[in-house]
Order: sequence, then structure tokens, then C-alpha cells
Amino acid sequence: MIVKDIIDILEGDVICEGDLQQEIKTACGSDMMSDVLAFVKDQSVLLTGLVNPQVVRTAEMMDMACIVFVRGKDPDKGIVDLAKSRGITLLKTRYRMFTACGLLYTNGLSGGTKV
Amino acid sequence: MSNAIHLHYEVSSEDFTRAGEASGSVKKRLKSLGFNGDVIRRVAIAMYEAEINMVIHAEGGYCDVDIYPDRIEVLLADKGPGIPDVDKAMQEGFSTAPDNVRTLGFGAGMGLPNIKKYTDSMRIDTTIGEGTKLYLTVNVPQ
Ligand SMILES: Nc1ncnc2c1ncn2[C@@H]1O[C@H](COP(=O)(O)OP(=O)(O)O)[C@@H](O)[C@H]1O
Ligand SMILES: [Mg+2]
Repeated sequence: MIVKDIIDILEGDVICEGDLQQEIKTACGSDMMSDVLAFVKDQSVLLTGLVNPQVVRTAEMMDMACIVFVRGKDPDKGIVDLAKSRGITLLKTRYRMFTACGLLYTNGLSGGTKV
Repeated sequence: MSNAIHLHYEVSSEDFTRAGEASGSVKKRLKSLGFNGDVIRRVAIAMYEAEINMVIHAEGGYCDVDIYPDRIEVLLADKGPGIPDVDKAMQEGFSTAPDNVRTLGFGAGMGLPNIKKYTDSMRIDTTIGEGTKLYLTVNVPQ
């Protein structure tokens, strides 16, 4: 799956665009950034209901290419500028966390861990 | 002659949105020096959690980073309240963070355990009322 596929599956609105061809192998959905930081997975997408700059920084530290804000939340300019400078794609989707994760999962994306 | 590269950052606690600037900048530097992606991620994540701690639990401080060909050493020092019980603080889920920190996505009590997990060595020197020094080393597989 590539970033572009995630946009299509989640019917996402692109807030800022990084490399849409980048391959995504796993996903992580959480509002607690330390939980996200606890499991390094390769080439992951982050789904979150949390909207603050630390979400972008967390993705940056983890080399994540894409962040999805669920329930249609809008990040402010500071967040968008930070993501732009890091080359991270930001999307928002009207789907809620459970549904957004489920849609990606049924389309073949895994959590990257057995549990 | 030594091939160490030394970096120094001041970490301010005034602006939570800036927490992670130092870690991001170290990450970029390590990338440009050609370190392996896994090593870079481990340094960045450990340092980021520690930087967040300096901002939410102390009143900021500084980081010193020494980059050697075979290892990266990071010192994070603050003049905060100190940690009364380090063993307890190291437990997964233990946190004294106030609720407002939790709404920012931190305060799950996973920071120090994450730091331990990603580093090859971790030492905490802390004195109540004076501050905390966290020494981290990540080895570079040769
Ligand atoms: N730099 C620090 N200064 C003072 N106390 C700290 C510091 N870092 C960590 N602590 C203490 O250790 C606890 C556990 O830290 P951590 O595992 O990072 O979890 P969290 O930051 O989510 O609370 C914190 O809640 C706090 O009480
Ligand atoms: Mg912490």
C-alpha cells in the first residue's frame, strides 16, 4: 500500500502533501504518543484523534510518512508548517478511529505486531 | 585528533510545542553523517522522550550530544524537582504527570521504559530539589 491508497481508502482530505508514492507497511492508531513511540515499525502510518505539534514530532522520530487525523479534525498552521518542513503527508478523514483502522486493516495493512 | 562531534542544545519549558526540536535536529545530523536508520531512530526516540520529560516534569534544561563512529552519547540535564524513587519511575505506567499533559498525548508512564528499551545504556543521577541528569548511550553496530 502507498500513501495515495490510504487517501483513497479513507476518502481523506489532503492537508499537506509529502511523497504520496511512499510505501506504507504498517499502521498505528493512538492518542498517546508514548504508546506510538514504544513500538518501532517500519514505514508506518499514524492515525490519531490528537491534534498538536507533538503528533508530527512523534511521526518524525519514527520516520512515519503519513498522519491521519480522524473524525475530521483540523490541525492549525503551526502543525501544518511543521509537517511540511518534515515532508510528512497530513490527511483528515471523517471516519472515526475504529472505522478508519478497520478500513485500512481489511485492505491489507497490519499493525506490524502479533498482539 | 578525535572524530567526536559535539552538539549542544538548550531546552526551554516555556513552549511545549517546541519540545522535540533538539531531538529532531540530532536526528537530521545523524542522517547527514550516514548512520544506519535503526540507530538514528533509537537515538531520536530516546532523546525525544527525555526532552519531553524535561519540559513536562522539570523546567527545561540542556542536552549535550557526542557522536562517535561507534556510539552516540547523550546527556540531558535539568534543574527540576528530581525523581524521588527512580525504580518506581522506571516502571511502565507510573506517572505523576497532571491530566493536562495527558490530553497532549504524554503522561502514560512509558517514557523512561521506552528510553531504556531503545538505548544500550541509561543512567539517572537525580537529587531532590536540584535536578536530574540522564546519561544515554546507543552503540553503533560495527
Ligand atoms: N526530568 C525529570 N524530572 C523530574 N521527574 C521526572 C523526570 N523524568 C521523569 N520523571 C518522573 O518519572 C515519572 C515517569 O516518567 P515517564 O516514564 O517518562 O512517564 P511520564 O512522563 O509519562 O509520566 C514521571 O511521571 C515523573 O514523576
Ligand atoms: Mg515521559
